[in-house]
Amino acid sequence: MEYIKAFIIGGLICLIGQILIDKTNLTPARILVLFVTSGVILTALGIYEPLVDFGGAGATVPLPGFGYALAKGAIKGVEEKGLLGAFTGGVVATAGGITAAIVFGYLASVLFDPKAKN
Amino acid sequence: MDSIDVKQKKIHKEYQDLANSISPKSNIIGNCIRAFLVGGTICTFGQLITNIAKNYYDMNTEEASTITSISLIFISALLTGMGIYEKIGKRAGAGSVVPITGFANSIVSPAMEHKREGYVMGVGAKMFSIAGPVLVYGISASVVVGLVNYFFIR
Repeated sequence: MEYIKAFIIGGLICLIGQILIDKTNLTPARILVLFVTSGVILTALGIYEPLVDFGGAGATVPLPGFGYALAKGAIKGVEEKGLLGAFTGGVVATAGGITAAIVFGYLASVLFDPKAKN
Repeated sequence: MDSIDVKQKKIHKEYQDLANSISPKSNIIGNCIRAFLVGGTICTFGQLITNIAKNYYDMNTEEASTITSISLIFISALLTGMGIYEKIGKRAGAGSVVPITGFANSIVSPAMEHKREGYVMGVGAKMFSIAGPVLVYGISASVVVGLVNYFFIR
């Protein structure tokens, strides 16, 4: 059941992205920025948390989930460390993902060459 | 001058015809179904990693979610390097852009493409041509949320 919920919520979030690509002039880059920022705002408003409780990875794997982790981290940071936490919380919570993206991204770019387009 | 203009118009028309014949007919319903299926599949796979991390490695929800992101980013960086992710992306559209794997793809793809410009301004800088804006807006928004919580809610 967990897997079906993840499939449906994850699929629906991607479907919203596809509608935005097809119906507006938003480039994928803008979609990524929009989705992460929306995730932050929706989490702050308390709207995204129920979606995570229901959909699990279906809500945390898409980019709004990255925004969710950033916002949740910032809120937790403030609870634990006060003002300093507002600045450290978001990145602390997402440090693993950001570092993995930089390190694995760098290694893959160095090790592989672009394939000829046909 | 006239003959050049005519020639250019002809080339332009040939180009347009060619472009039209190659570019797929936009089929929003089909695009949406594929985005749903591929995006859903990636998230289901993410749920599998999360469950393994929780059940076999005793991780809490946050740790399991982090290890899921790291694993998916690793797989996506590898598949992008091998040229496989682009092939999935051609059919999946947003289904391959919106999950965290799309974020890793957006790092590797331009970095690899601009490698000949060097390892600092080519790979090092171009990695962030899409990831940079994402981090700028995402992290800034999280600081705003933190500040609002500190001054108005806490």
